[in-house]
Amino acid sequence: MAGPLQIELVAADRVVWSGEASEIIARTSEGDLGVLAGHAPLLSLLVPGVVMIKPLEGPIVQAAVGDGFLSVADDHVSILSEDTWLLEEIDETEVRRELAEAEAANDDDARHRAEVKLRLLGKAA
Amino acid sequence: MAVSLREYRAKIKSTQSMKKITRAMELIAASRIIKAQQQAAAAAPYARELTRAVSAVATFSDVDHPLTTEKENPTRAAVLIISSDRGLAGAYSASVLKEAERLGEKLRGEGKSVDYYLAGRKAETYFKFRQRDFIESWTGFSDKPTYDDARTMGNTLVAAFQTEESDDVDEASVDPRLAVDELHIVFTRFRSMLTQEPSTIRLLPLEVVEGTEPPAEGDLLPLYEFEPSTNEVLDALLPKYVHSRIYYCLLQAAASELAARQKAMKSATDNAEDLIQKYTRIANQARQAGITQEISEIVGGANALADAAGSE
Repeated sequence: MAGPLQIELVAADRVVWSGEASEIIARTSEGDLGVLAGHAPLLSLLVPGVVMIKPLEGPIVQAAVGDGFLSVADDHVSILSEDTWLLEEIDETEVRRELAEAEAANDDDARHRAEVKLRLLGKAA
Repeated sequence: MAVSLREYRAKIKSTQSMKKITRAMELIAASRIIKAQQQAAAAAPYARELTRAVSAVATFSDVDHPLTTEKENPTRAAVLIISSDRGLAGAYSASVLKEAERLGEKLRGEGKSVDYYLAGRKAETYFKFRQRDFIESWTGFSDKPTYDDARTMGNTLVAAFQTEESDDVDEASVDPRLAVDELHIVFTRFRSMLTQEPSTIRLLPLEVVEGTEPPAEGDLLPLYEFEPSTNEVLDALLPKYVHSRIYYCLLQAAASELAARQKAMKSATDNAEDLIQKYTRIANQARQAGITQEISEIVGGANALADAAGSE
């Protein structure tokens, strides 16, 4: 039963990452949550933050997510968030520009998204 | 005679350039359909997972969430009409609007008043021209909708749905027009390249039945734990579900619009070809008639000269 986790990291308009992993760490509304194989079925709320996936092979995958959900069932983990980006998809200057624009337009959602991306960059640096 | 020949030639020329335009639009629509279909396919995993999560919560909880509970006396319904921004797509917008009118009649027959929300410039002009009220309209993205568009629309609609209706007229602080008990969407379902049909779904109160596949043998929905609580999960989940449904409808409508446009432009191109052929025939006839006349004039002139020379 304790096989590898099947992970699906899904944004509203695409699948961002999917594959097998041994562990996944995400930030839920109750705090950081690590999921290993054999976890009890769970449906939890994600808060904007960084998700870390330890795949069976290869380097750790990091992604920035916005508001969303984490669902775990039968070693299937789905992370659903309308806004999701992998670390390598984010460009710092781009994000800084977005952040400035969001602040100028007083758009809280956009600012939030940009901040999450920056946090991810900061962690990786 | 020569004048009408020139006229026909001009007509042939203008029909030919029209044909080039319609042909180009046909090809553009055809290539965009593929993109629209890919977009729809890319959105499918999110919608699937979300539906699964919503049905899981709905199955394992008996909470009465406002978004899922039927009001006892629904008095006001919102109708979102998804049409196109541009014409030249045959009867595409007309049939969506017709479907919307039918739904409006039905709702009014049930004693509900109807609030209209419009997507697409065609629906907007339809309402403005008839000087009818609508609450809000969104335009400019009908053939390539993004998730942000769906989110904007979804937020407005969910907010309208969650507004408490105040019977007290004095309490007009909240615009009373915004409180609705039901939410319907009229859009065009993309069946295939050849058939698109206008259809209606009721989005709110939520009927989670739609899209819930009956669980296969031994694939029962697991007993989820909800964190932080069932209610809070539902609170966050349902608006997202609404967004995703709206996005789905927008994508279907976009694909349908492009297919309808391709079909309309194809028949326009065919018609132009027919016209060109017809005009070419008439022009040839006119040219031939001109030549015949000139010959008979020359022959007549020569005969007259010969007669004059002979009589001298």
